[in-house]
Amino acid sequence: MIGVIQFPGSCDERDAVAAVQRVGDGRLVWHEETDLSGLDGVVIPGGFSYGDYLRAGAIARFSPAMEAVARFAAGGAPVLGICNGFQVLCEAGLLPGALLPNEGLRFICRQVELVAEDFAGPFASEIGAGERLSIPIKHMSGRYFAPDDELDRMEASGRIAFRYAAGQNPNGSVRDVAGVINEAGNVLGLMPHPEHAVHPLTGSDDGLALFRALAGAPRAAAA
Amino acid sequence: MKAKVLIRPKEGILDPQGKAVERALPALGFDGVHEVRVGRLVELETDDPDKLDALCEKLLANPLIEDYEVELEK
Repeated sequence: MIGVIQFPGSCDERDAVAAVQRVGDGRLVWHEETDLSGLDGVVIPGGFSYGDYLRAGAIARFSPAMEAVARFAAGGAPVLGICNGFQVLCEAGLLPGALLPNEGLRFICRQVELVAEDFAGPFASEIGAGERLSIPIKHMSGRYFAPDDELDRMEASGRIAFRYAAGQNPNGSVRDVAGVINEAGNVLGLMPHPEHAVHPLTGSDDGLALFRALAGAPRAAAA
Repeated sequence: MKAKVLIRPKEGILDPQGKAVERALPALGFDGVHEVRVGRLVELETDDPDKLDALCEKLLANPLIEDYEVELEK
């Protein structure tokens, strides 16, 4: 069972549950829930949790469910943060870096090409290095930033999971980074929305691979 | 005690808001304005000013991308 955390202000949680349910079982987890023991994986969905007040993701990281997610992730269970979920994971310190307002200051909503990097962990199980995925983005604060020395270390240790294809960086992200993983590889955050790319009728079903990987990940120790 | 916390983008980090303001100024006749940076100001009252730094580091600012200054009102 995959849990999708629902904060006040989330807006992609139902699409995320629908995406999970194409490949396994999924349910919503209200942000006040703290018992994740029945779950095999967690999705932090997109949206505008707590109104994006202060900074995107800054308040959501203190919600009861997020404290539980931090313990859950520390136990090795897979956690996928999408868009606002990526911002929350960065603010919570579960992923390195931060997401800044887009270079052009505009909200951007369009299909982009991603290139998978050579990374390890449960999320790599269904995606090969160099593989291209067509997945939509829709965000205002998607400009990934981390200091240069940190980026060097992340590149050397295979922690960049996805980059925007050459020439397609939509938001000014440093080194075209679109998604990163934690040191253990069980936490992935990315700005593009794989849950909106799960059927050819949506323009692409390239996002399904991440949900298959999430649903198929080996059971980790209970949080 | 009243306090003001001034938060601004760290030096070296592109601030598109500041750039947009800077580009708009000449059109209004304000020439010669450079290096505009846009931050934010948080005003608060606290019973425990000793904890202000921790509070800024943990919530009000993201130290990776922002600098902050605390100003206590006497």
